[in-house]
Amino acid sequence: MSISMSPAETTIEEGKTVGIPFSDDPKFHLRNVEVFYGESPAIKNISLDIARNEVIAFIGPSGCGKSTFLRCLNRMNDSIESCQIKGSLLLDGQDIYDPKRDVVELRARVGMVFQKPNPFPKSIYDNVAYGPRIHGLANRKSDLDDVVENSLRKAGLWNEVKDRLDAMATGMSGGQQQRLCIARAIAVSPEVVLMDEPCSALDPIATARIEELIAELSESYTIVIVTHSMQQAARVSNRTAYFHLGHLVEVNDTSKVFTMPEHELTESYITGRFG
Amino acid sequence: MQTADLLPLVLVLAAVAYGSAYMRSRAVAAPLGGIRNLKALPAYYAARAALWCAIPALIILGAWAAFEGKVIQNIVMASLPAELTPQSAGHASLTLSQISNLAAGKLNPAMVPDGISSAAVLLQELREQSSRFKSLLVVLIAVLGGTFAWTRVAPTINARKSVERTLQRLFFVCAAVAILTTIGIVFSVIFETVRFFGKVPMSEFLFGTNWSPQTALRADQVGSEGAFGVIPLFTGTLMISAIAMLIAVPVGLLSAVYLSEYASPRMRSVVKPLLEMLAGVPTVVYGFFAALTVAPFIRDLALMLGLEASSQSALAAGLVMGIMIIPFVSSLSDDVINAVPRSLRDGSLALGATQSETMKNVIFPAALPGIMGGILLAASRAIGETMIVVMAAGLAANLTANPLDSVTTVTVQIVTLLTGDQEFDSAKTLAAFALGMMLFIVTLLLNVIALKVVRKYREQYD
Amino acid sequence: MTKPGSHAEREGSQAELIRRSLKRRYRKERRFRLYGITAISIALFSLVILFTDIISKGYTGFIKTTVTLEVNLDGELMYLNDAADPEQIAMADFQAPIIKAMQEYFPEATSRADMRELSRMTGSYASNQVRDLLKENPDWLGTTRTIEFPAHDTVSVYVKHAGDAGYSIRLSEQQQRWTDELLRKGVIDTGFNDVFFTNGDSREPSNAGILGALIGSLLTMGITLVIAFPVGVAAAIYLEEFAPSNRLTDFIEVNINNLAAVPSIIFGLLGLAVFIGLFGMPRSVPVVGGLVLALMTLPTIIISSRAAIKSVPPSIREAAEGIGASKMQVVLHHVLPLAMPGMLTGSIIGMAQALGETAPLLLIGMVAFIVEIPDGFFSSATVLPVQIFIWAGSAEQGFVELASAGIMVLLAFLITMNAFAIWLRKRLERRW
Repeated sequence: MSISMSPAETTIEEGKTVGIPFSDDPKFHLRNVEVFYGESPAIKNISLDIARNEVIAFIGPSGCGKSTFLRCLNRMNDSIESCQIKGSLLLDGQDIYDPKRDVVELRARVGMVFQKPNPFPKSIYDNVAYGPRIHGLANRKSDLDDVVENSLRKAGLWNEVKDRLDAMATGMSGGQQQRLCIARAIAVSPEVVLMDEPCSALDPIATARIEELIAELSESYTIVIVTHSMQQAARVSNRTAYFHLGHLVEVNDTSKVFTMPEHELTESYITGRFG
Repeated sequence: MQTADLLPLVLVLAAVAYGSAYMRSRAVAAPLGGIRNLKALPAYYAARAALWCAIPALIILGAWAAFEGKVIQNIVMASLPAELTPQSAGHASLTLSQISNLAAGKLNPAMVPDGISSAAVLLQELREQSSRFKSLLVVLIAVLGGTFAWTRVAPTINARKSVERTLQRLFFVCAAVAILTTIGIVFSVIFETVRFFGKVPMSEFLFGTNWSPQTALRADQVGSEGAFGVIPLFTGTLMISAIAMLIAVPVGLLSAVYLSEYASPRMRSVVKPLLEMLAGVPTVVYGFFAALTVAPFIRDLALMLGLEASSQSALAAGLVMGIMIIPFVSSLSDDVINAVPRSLRDGSLALGATQSETMKNVIFPAALPGIMGGILLAASRAIGETMIVVMAAGLAANLTANPLDSVTTVTVQIVTLLTGDQEFDSAKTLAAFALGMMLFIVTLLLNVIALKVVRKYREQYD
Repeated sequence: MTKPGSHAEREGSQAELIRRSLKRRYRKERRFRLYGITAISIALFSLVILFTDIISKGYTGFIKTTVTLEVNLDGELMYLNDAADPEQIAMADFQAPIIKAMQEYFPEATSRADMRELSRMTGSYASNQVRDLLKENPDWLGTTRTIEFPAHDTVSVYVKHAGDAGYSIRLSEQQQRWTDELLRKGVIDTGFNDVFFTNGDSREPSNAGILGALIGSLLTMGITLVIAFPVGVAAAIYLEEFAPSNRLTDFIEVNINNLAAVPSIIFGLLGLAVFIGLFGMPRSVPVVGGLVLALMTLPTIIISSRAAIKSVPPSIREAAEGIGASKMQVVLHHVLPLAMPGMLTGSIIGMAQALGETAPLLLIGMVAFIVEIPDGFFSSATVLPVQIFIWAGSAEQGFVELASAGIMVLLAFLITMNAFAIWLRKRLERRW
């Protein structure tokens, strides 16, 4: 990243976000969120609503905290010892970080797809069936078969793999692996799918397929996608949030962010002056 | 002069060579306008002289020291008059020690036959001669080498290159010591083993169920033959190793899992060194613990339960060996578990799996090949472990499946057969080498397979 | 999704399903954790038991029992009228004045049997002690001297371990009475066992010490270090920096990895067959022991040295190469100094292993009974762990506590070495 050309005189006012950060019917209601790794702050006082069944994209230069913020939403930062989270994070009005809250249940509702495809070294079938199995969602083998088939169909993978469900998932191509990971995530029927740069390890054709898939999934899921590519954000999302050095600078309808950014930093970023 | 005195002398000569070559190179450089006109720095000319001086001399010295004892021995033995020529290997070693004791003045010459005492004189003489020649030769070669390199201090010669080449070759020789060691091991066991199978048929050795190597001194005594059936040793070794693995694998594996998945960094930083401590305890200490504490405890416990137990039981040795291997298994498993990419863990956790589900369903299956490799290595260690079984397992070659009985193992028998008074060339002594060969082959196979499995596993995630 | 319309409904029932499964799953989770804690507890418990056992058995090894007597060195009693005459010294009876001195306390003990029992109150080397004193000071003849004798093994066991189930008291009732009496009078006393640190091995526990084995260990380790460290480091440098990737290099690597896992006793066979059998080196000497242990330690040193070399950042190499240093100069001037702490750490750990090693040394004859303190690399010697092994297998009860005490000394060395290695590693970590 090079911010040498960034307008140094532009000050970011902490906790002040331009655009439309709030919504009437939020899935996630996030207020004054701060994240620290040890002493150093990674997220500085961010407030944001994520609406039901919207696709929201997080963009910004690397190291701006967009992935960290995403991982707060299903508590994937829990396993990092030094990570501390402050503020109020509500999912459907319930505190995500309530000590009494069950993280297993939370993650079953808020699924996640990672930067690099990470299929388990098992068969394709077992990968998709893993979630339903551990959560006890299918009583019979035929139920499980149905879930697997439906998930693979939704991920647009069914026709490619229906004849080799027993093959090792690690033998698939990168794009297929990532779609399998999406199928695996939606097999437990989450309400939200978090995607952490899901296409960064893929070639353009595989990326296009995933983007199509996101568009299809947006009908039934709330999707939060972190992306490095502004074009991708423009193609798949309803709203776009721009992060800068741990601040949430601007949130607005995607078309607006890319055509008429309100903040100077957003403009510099989308016009390619840094990033 | 003795080897121990010659060694520092050669080093001193090398230092002298270094110094004089250094000065000469400066002297050579001076008329040319300084050392920058030499092909190499003076230190390299000096180092080259030192290497030329020391290396050939040290090679000669080493070779001489290695073989002089044997050569002198052979000459002395050949000098003995016919009636004193020893008939057996045992007799030969006796005669030899008699001669050397005589030469050292520990024995009264009046008490031995003339032939022996003249041999002792010869021995003394040869030793002196050898020592003289050795000193002369080594010093000569060192001086010649040093002088040669000294004369070749010239601005046109790049001494750095030749020094670096020599050093690189030296480094290679050091690396090749590993090969030499393996060859040495194979060489040490193979000849004696072949000779052993000349005396005892291989089928009897491999499939015999009776082991009693105590050959009698006189041929007409009962049981003078000795029996060399290796099966009871094999079962004994296997039983003790199996008990050890039964303890070490679950305990070691679960400890590693807990430490890598659940333990706080504080707990890890305390428990890990403690486990490593268990690994650092010498085996003789475990042997002591097994023989003097665990074995009596098990015997008393068995008696209380109305069972009969030997005071040296397979169970005691196996238990303690298991404790010894715990840290081995846990540290290998820890490595393997940590080698499973974090993304797999995250993938599973993000689906809402609990930590134990992630462990059992994702990490463990992924790490299984590596863990199997680790277990094989641990098994090879258990089979080759010596001190615990020597001290706690006993000598009786019982063919039994009762862990409360006393059993013996391959390693115990090797130690027993080769310590104390040995008769060279007897089937008893040779048997130890045959057992050693067997042990070497089995552990080698286990190691090769284990290392292959582990490496393949590593490559999978690299 | 079978019925898209009932999405919310289905979700509700699914959340219900998950909630219901949670209790069972968390029970499993707890059980799994419990297994882990149990495993760690077993391991740590074993460690604690091992150490308490050894300390409780061994601390008495650092205590000696002494009998201090006023001995009248009466020439008539000893059949000795000139202590400077070696022939007379050889024939004299030095036990008599000791018995006489004991009889001062127990005048009633005059029968032959009683006198024998009296003579077994002091160690069996007591008479030699009197002889040596007289040899050194011939003018003591005829005078009365206060001499401190080590107590007999049986007396020592009685004094230190009466009532301990692990020991059987082999004193007669009369001797027990005597011992109690002498203890009261302060004639028999206990103190710090300095003998343990100043003597070599002995047939008599009260006279046996660890110094011989300690020196033997030092000599052996000296040879091991001098050979294994330079060779190991050189081999590591070759393999990391110079080795071409060919079959020979692969073969060397395979050999090193396998040697690291070969049972130590096999190295004993190697030493016996090659160094003693082929080269005709003497048995029981530190040189052979050191050579064998060096070969055994070599793989450990090579492997850790390679890791240390690998951890030197490539930027340093590139910087040196960038200003035209030759490969060898890069290695010797830059890589080696930076990797040295790591190499030392690995070598210390390897040396600690070698120091505790026993099995191969048994095969090359270092298990012999050796009284003298070794004075060179070619004199017969034993080492600490072997000495422990010898004592642990000895019949006299007094040797068990000596073995434990020896173990404590050995462990103290090992812990010091490892602590030093850890300290070194910590320092290394701070560097980059």
